[in-house]
Amino acid sequence: MTEAASRTFAIFVEDKPGVLNRVASLFRRRSFNIHSLNVSTTHEPGVSRMTVVCEADGDTAKRIEANLYKLVNVLWVDDITHAPTVERALALIKVRVGRDARAEVLRVCEVFGARPVDLSLETMTVEMTGPEDHIQSLVDVLRPFEILEMVQTGAVAMTRGSVERAQSHPTIPARRTHAA
Amino acid sequence: MNQPNTELPNRVGEPLQGAQILWEALVREGVDVVFGYPGGAIMPAYDAMIQYPIHHVLTRHEQGASHMADGYARASGKVGVCVSTSGPGATNMVTGIATAMLDSVPMVCITGQVPSALIGTDAFQETDITGVTLPITKHNYLVTRAEQIADTIREAFYVARSGRPGPVVVDITKDAQQQRCTFEWSDAPIELPGYRPDYTPLDSQMDEAVRLINEAKRPVLFCGHGVSEAGATEVLTALVEKAQIPVACTLLGLGAFPASHPKNLGMMGMHGESWVNAAIQKADLLIAVGMRFDDRVTGNLKTYAPTAKKIHVELDPAEIHKNVHVDVPIVGDARDVLEQLLPRVEPREHAEWLAHIDALKGDSAVRDIKDLPDLGKLYAAHVIHDLYRLTKGEAIIVTDVGQHQMWEAQYYKHDLPRKLITSGGLGTMGFALPAAIGARFAKRDDAVWVIVGDGGFQMTACELATCVQEGIKLNIALINNGFLGMVRQWQEFFFGGRYVATPLHSPDFVKLADAHGIKGLRVTQRAEVEAAVREAEATPGTVLIDFRVEQEDSVYPMVPAGADLHDMIQRPYTPPAAPGTTDHNPIFETGEDDR
Repeated sequence: MTEAASRTFAIFVEDKPGVLNRVASLFRRRSFNIHSLNVSTTHEPGVSRMTVVCEADGDTAKRIEANLYKLVNVLWVDDITHAPTVERALALIKVRVGRDARAEVLRVCEVFGARPVDLSLETMTVEMTGPEDHIQSLVDVLRPFEILEMVQTGAVAMTRGSVERAQSHPTIPARRTHAA
Repeated sequence: MNQPNTELPNRVGEPLQGAQILWEALVREGVDVVFGYPGGAIMPAYDAMIQYPIHHVLTRHEQGASHMADGYARASGKVGVCVSTSGPGATNMVTGIATAMLDSVPMVCITGQVPSALIGTDAFQETDITGVTLPITKHNYLVTRAEQIADTIREAFYVARSGRPGPVVVDITKDAQQQRCTFEWSDAPIELPGYRPDYTPLDSQMDEAVRLINEAKRPVLFCGHGVSEAGATEVLTALVEKAQIPVACTLLGLGAFPASHPKNLGMMGMHGESWVNAAIQKADLLIAVGMRFDDRVTGNLKTYAPTAKKIHVELDPAEIHKNVHVDVPIVGDARDVLEQLLPRVEPREHAEWLAHIDALKGDSAVRDIKDLPDLGKLYAAHVIHDLYRLTKGEAIIVTDVGQHQMWEAQYYKHDLPRKLITSGGLGTMGFALPAAIGARFAKRDDAVWVIVGDGGFQMTACELATCVQEGIKLNIALINNGFLGMVRQWQEFFFGGRYVATPLHSPDFVKLADAHGIKGLRVTQRAEVEAAVREAEATPGTVLIDFRVEQEDSVYPMVPAGADLHDMIQRPYTPPAAPGTTDHNPIFETGEDDR
């Protein structure tokens, strides 16, 4: 058995009502702790993709995968924790910034590759896309300026390169239009 | 399965009501009996039912309907079907659904739902039953249009019975039952993109398993529920005889390997015999087939089978490494796997190991209540052992949950699978009587005995009326000790003997039987057991025998919850006392609870 560590799963599911609930319910009732969960449609009709980040050791990760496969609407599960991946989250951070500090905050943004997306006399809203730890670093640096509110997506992740890996799962269009 | 009923006109291609399509589909899935209770949102389905060759058993409570479908499925190996209306009808089935889920029983539950336009409005008798049952079903469906019904029913049966079986709920809105559409039916194999229940064992794992089995000096094979589900009894027996491996059974594995076989050690775990658990703790190899290392089987995981390598043959990959980290996981059907192993396993004697296990029995036999005199008392274990002898071990036994369930597991020796029906995983009190009614419809020629405590019986005793209305024959052995016995036993052992909320006042069960128009008998002495059993057997209708057993008897041996498996509480051995000393028993003499 390995130590508990952060695990990232790419989960391909049928795009049907209630599927998000089934996946989330599975993690809840088996006491698998979700750190973040993202779900969206894909280029394949009828197929949605979830990215779930959670804490798990090696055996638990295998059990998560096996339990996900027991859900009838789950098409493919890929534990991409140890695969080379591109992982991104997006955050919007609203900071209290008067005229005097504006330039400094902009310089901070530049360092992190974040960009201002809204500006008022007293506030600036910054958009940051990147790995979650980069976002956390930006938050730490902006904190002294007084963060008014922030919102962040869960991570989305994709393996790098490799046509083979991308095609390793059958691309399954939702076969039937009814039978929700 | 998929056999069109010949008496039925082929209506494929005709415009039919959703309710008719439901029964068309069920009949095509081989259903001829359903257990249910009507109500507003399922009335269109009930109205259409009379056009089809379906026998409907009207239960007294929807929980009974779900347990009946469960008992039917366990006894027959087919998919059981129950039907209820929306809201309370559906929620009443929840306990039965969870029971079936924990014991991997194939079941399809049809629930009515409010009209689709009213969903989400808190309409009268509206419950989000797909939401409620999501964690306790293998899968569930909400059907809102008539044209979805046929495919969904087909899919539901396929999901329920394939792979590791389980319950499936199909919730059908009232308007979907009322709409008309063209009835279409396909006999093509079902392919679900995300559901692939068939697994082939990996060669490398099979090689490793063969090596471990051939090298083992002290092997024990575990026979679980998966063995009877896979029909693997024969091949398992062949393997055991070839390699001379002793077998320990789980509760649901009893009967999947013949109890009378010399290599059968009996049940393991919390109330298994001490030498069985001792053998497991000393084994160098465990071959677990179709079981899931439940906590009632393993005791303390930290000290469990410390010297044993473990091979786990299991159909459900999610069970691998769940409770016990195993050395060789083999995901596949028990029968397939054992058939592949059999020719590669070398003949062995294991004489020393088998002799050692024999020696482990020690003085167990003299402590065994079966071998102790009754001294004028009526012990539940004696009643069950006598019942085993008198029915030659051939009856279908349906047990409830608690002490009597464990005594049945210890003293009724089953030689065939599907002869013991019991709620193992969920431990659902109230299961026995309705499950036995279901079993009765699955096996019309077998003797069916219900063994049930006075507590569990009163949870679903209303189904006695169902027995009478259906005119069916069951024999009910009510093991009546005036307590919630297993809880009382735990209170005695672990809670300082404080009997909180366990003394149980009951009605006069013989009069209750009488009120239902069935025969009721009372037995207070062991000498009366045989005559009562014979009378029950000879009576055409359902018979209830009220066995007034020892009130404060306990099930031995016992591994306390979470304790080490080898650390068992043995039955205290007291030499036979002087005759004529019987305990005063006020609750039985006055019929009043004076505690």
